[in-house]
Amino acid sequence: MTEPFDTTIVLDDPPVATSSDEAVGARLEAVGISAWFGSNKVLDRVSLDMPPGTVTALIGPSGCGKSTFLRILNRMHESVPSAKLSGEVHLNGQDIYAPDQRVTETRKRIGMVFQKPNPFPTMSIAENVTAGLRLTGMKVSRSERADLIERCLTRGGLWKEVKDRLHEPGGALSGGQQQRLCIARSLAVDPDVLLMDEPCSALDPTSTRRIEETIRDLMLDVTIVIVTHNMQQAARVSQQCAFFLAELGTPGVIVEAGPTKRIFNEPEDPRTADYVNGRFG
Amino acid sequence: MSSVVLPPAEISVSPPAGAQLNGDHPRRINARSTDDVLSVVGSILGSLAFVWMVYFQILPFSGLVGFAICWYVTFLLTYAVVTSRAHPRPIVVSRVMAATLTGAAVLVGLALGTVVVYTVIRGVKALAHSNFFTHDMAGTRPQDPLTKGGIKHAIVGSVIQLSIAVAVSLPLGLTTAVFMTEVGGWFAKVVRTVVEAMTAIPDLLAGLFVYVVLIVALGAEKNGLAAAIAISITMIPIIARSAEVALRVVPGGLREAGLALGASHWSTVRRVVLPTARPGLATSLILAMARGIGETAPLLIVSGASTFFNLNPLKQPMNSLPLFIYSAIRDPNPTMIERGFGAAVVLLGIVLFFFAVTRFLARQRVGRQ
Amino acid sequence: MAVSVETLDTPRVIHPGYPRVDRIFHGSARTVAIVVLVVFGAIGLFLGLKSIATFHRYGTHFFSQADWNPELNKIGISATLLGTVEVAIVALIVAFPLALATALFISEYAPARIKATLVALVDLMAAVPSVIYGAWGFFLLMPSAKYVSRWLHQNLGFIPIFRVDTDPHAAIWAQSRYTGSMFIAGIVVSMMVLPIACAVMRGVFAQAPPGEREAAFALGATKWGMIRSVVLPFGRGGIIGGTMLGLGRALGETVAVATVLFTAFEVKFRILETGGNTISKLIAERFGDATTVQLAALLAAGFVLFLMTLMVNTLAAILISRSRSGAATEI
Repeated sequence: MTEPFDTTIVLDDPPVATSSDEAVGARLEAVGISAWFGSNKVLDRVSLDMPPGTVTALIGPSGCGKSTFLRILNRMHESVPSAKLSGEVHLNGQDIYAPDQRVTETRKRIGMVFQKPNPFPTMSIAENVTAGLRLTGMKVSRSERADLIERCLTRGGLWKEVKDRLHEPGGALSGGQQQRLCIARSLAVDPDVLLMDEPCSALDPTSTRRIEETIRDLMLDVTIVIVTHNMQQAARVSQQCAFFLAELGTPGVIVEAGPTKRIFNEPEDPRTADYVNGRFG
Repeated sequence: MSSVVLPPAEISVSPPAGAQLNGDHPRRINARSTDDVLSVVGSILGSLAFVWMVYFQILPFSGLVGFAICWYVTFLLTYAVVTSRAHPRPIVVSRVMAATLTGAAVLVGLALGTVVVYTVIRGVKALAHSNFFTHDMAGTRPQDPLTKGGIKHAIVGSVIQLSIAVAVSLPLGLTTAVFMTEVGGWFAKVVRTVVEAMTAIPDLLAGLFVYVVLIVALGAEKNGLAAAIAISITMIPIIARSAEVALRVVPGGLREAGLALGASHWSTVRRVVLPTARPGLATSLILAMARGIGETAPLLIVSGASTFFNLNPLKQPMNSLPLFIYSAIRDPNPTMIERGFGAAVVLLGIVLFFFAVTRFLARQRVGRQ
Repeated sequence: MAVSVETLDTPRVIHPGYPRVDRIFHGSARTVAIVVLVVFGAIGLFLGLKSIATFHRYGTHFFSQADWNPELNKIGISATLLGTVEVAIVALIVAFPLALATALFISEYAPARIKATLVALVDLMAAVPSVIYGAWGFFLLMPSAKYVSRWLHQNLGFIPIFRVDTDPHAAIWAQSRYTGSMFIAGIVVSMMVLPIACAVMRGVFAQAPPGEREAAFALGATKWGMIRSVVLPFGRGGIIGGTMLGLGRALGETVAVATVLFTAFEVKFRILETGGNTISKLIAERFGDATTVQLAALLAAGFVLFLMTLMVNTLAAILISRSRSGAATEI
């Protein structure tokens, strides 16, 4: 019996780095992550491997802990006073939660782009790009600075649009441009991993497409992990997907993870099949 | 497959005959009808005339005040009656309430207006003399004409005391505000409760405290510094509270963005949060200054109403504008009272100036977004 | 892709690894806050400690004695305490309806263009120094207000508080018996109470949910009907809280009262009659030539005032935060 609407997602061949050896980004591994807010457990022994040169999409309905998991990856989770966690996160083999690790160093290597674009309003576009350097005390010479700004804005897909108005305030751009500015800003500190928390959910379709193009360009030298509610987007940009689910009253878990094509076309778990076919969430 | 019924093809979509269509010009929907306007105007004039005639048959009390009260009450009654001829009761009630509330607001505005206008009227005479600003009162007797003596010492005293007070209260108040918003925790809640309680204590008690601690216990003298400290005690909670509000308005996303770049908390606060909150912080400082310069009660206790020009806050009493005004208006000599009002105009002018600056800052911020 | 590992599923200890500069930052901010707390706590503590000796010495007579006669060792604040409360109540009675009306006017009826200006005017009214209100009260208001006092005495004199010890119907009536009264002082203080209460109330009315307002209109309510059913109930906490904040201010007002009220040390309920005293006026005027004992007594009176205002303002804060409108209100 055919469904009234056909939800099978047709995938092109997924974007692929030429080979793992050439990919420059870092390998990020989550090992047995559980998370609590106070006594409320929100994630239960989640493990995921995010190899270099890949884009990993975290999909699943609202409220199953995808964003919490993401924030654990760059140690933003602990800024909430009641937050607790167990398990390990390995960046190129080194646990970022080890006692000798500096949280500020970790965050420089693992960057984050947020759902709502947040350029710094008191700074110009150029100053926003180099804000990461100024905030972390990294020095860069004047000549290098101009190059850095151009490079980051180009990688972020914004250079052509703003190259003549670098001194205008950062808040004067449209939503999509602001988000690309935030991406450029994150790239300025030269991270190995870039985490993106629903970066396009507040944007119009054209801006979304531009950002997806940016993600594809960045993939080669930055490992990307993206949380998205939009399954078509996950299909468009990622090589591997992890499907999160939190059934009523239980903490979130990864139901299934694997190559994007398989998750969408031949999911092993029936719950995954239900979700990708639009039967819930 | 279920069948769908389509609408008949002959439905006309042209407007009914006789309809007034005006294409591109919007209709006026909310305009007051002529009837409404006339109701109000008519009631005002009618009640005015009525009360005018009747009033002078009753024992007139305070001429103008009593007349105004009678007229206003009569106006409300007239308006109620007039409106009830054409509208149902809820609308009458609504209209009369609108008139009442407007009248009350106008009354309050008038009261404030009379305060300002009266002060200016009585103070102009003293202000017309340039010696008012260039001399102090040393060697001038209170009954001497306005061509002698001035308030230079009071103006300078106010400026010095306010500057010291700002230098003390701004860092303390701002840091407390930063602590409350950025560091947080249970202790921040305690601090916030105490700060809120302290905005409310009578300023006189702050003066009393400074007097007993500094002057009696530590043996200092009544000088400008003691006055400045008393003023800063009243200013700190004001700055702390309004600065906290200004900091809290900064979106949390900006702080997160800073932290996510690998910045330290201090760096994020210093380079992102504080600059973003700068207009709000400036406003809170200036409003606190406006309050601080008008502080009188604690000065009655820790400061001496001296007559001579004194630049040194550590030695000898230092007069200031509010203190000068207080002693001047109680003086039996009319010329001294005039000097007092002249000083009052200067003080009022300074407060108004501070307010104008904050309005200017607020408009600037809106313009930039 | 998924790695399965047997892990102990209990929370681990996280070492924040804050950079040193953050530890310094948090530490210094905390220190400053502690200093500020200590200073303010010291004020209350100080007044309290110094008052103990006085309460010890005079006992409950301190609260029942009306005279303030240091030479005869008869010191008490019954008259001044009563006066403080009376002046404050008069100020509230005058200010409350006007503040409420003005707040409603600004938030509901004022045209959008001038709303910001009106808000600024209210703030300005709060910032005018009290000594200027005192001058206005003494020179402009008092000469006119004594006629109002006399009218009240003539027509409502059967009520005890409105009695004055003079004949109101005399052709040449004793004007000086009506000046410098607590009634006039109360009106002057109301000018300072009004903007405080009005600002809080207006802030609260502005928070009334637009959805509920629209619902009232959609049901056919008039503007006043909507205000009565949506804005006022929503703003109840702010109305009461703002009024109490104003009360706190009225209790502590010094300079304006000192200028307008003529001193009298008697337990007096007649607010229209000349003479009265409040605690703050007492302290301001008496401390100059106070001996150590008298100074201690003044401090004790100040401590009583401190407790009163603290209680009133804490109550106000609780009422405001508990109410629906409280969460977002800045007082």
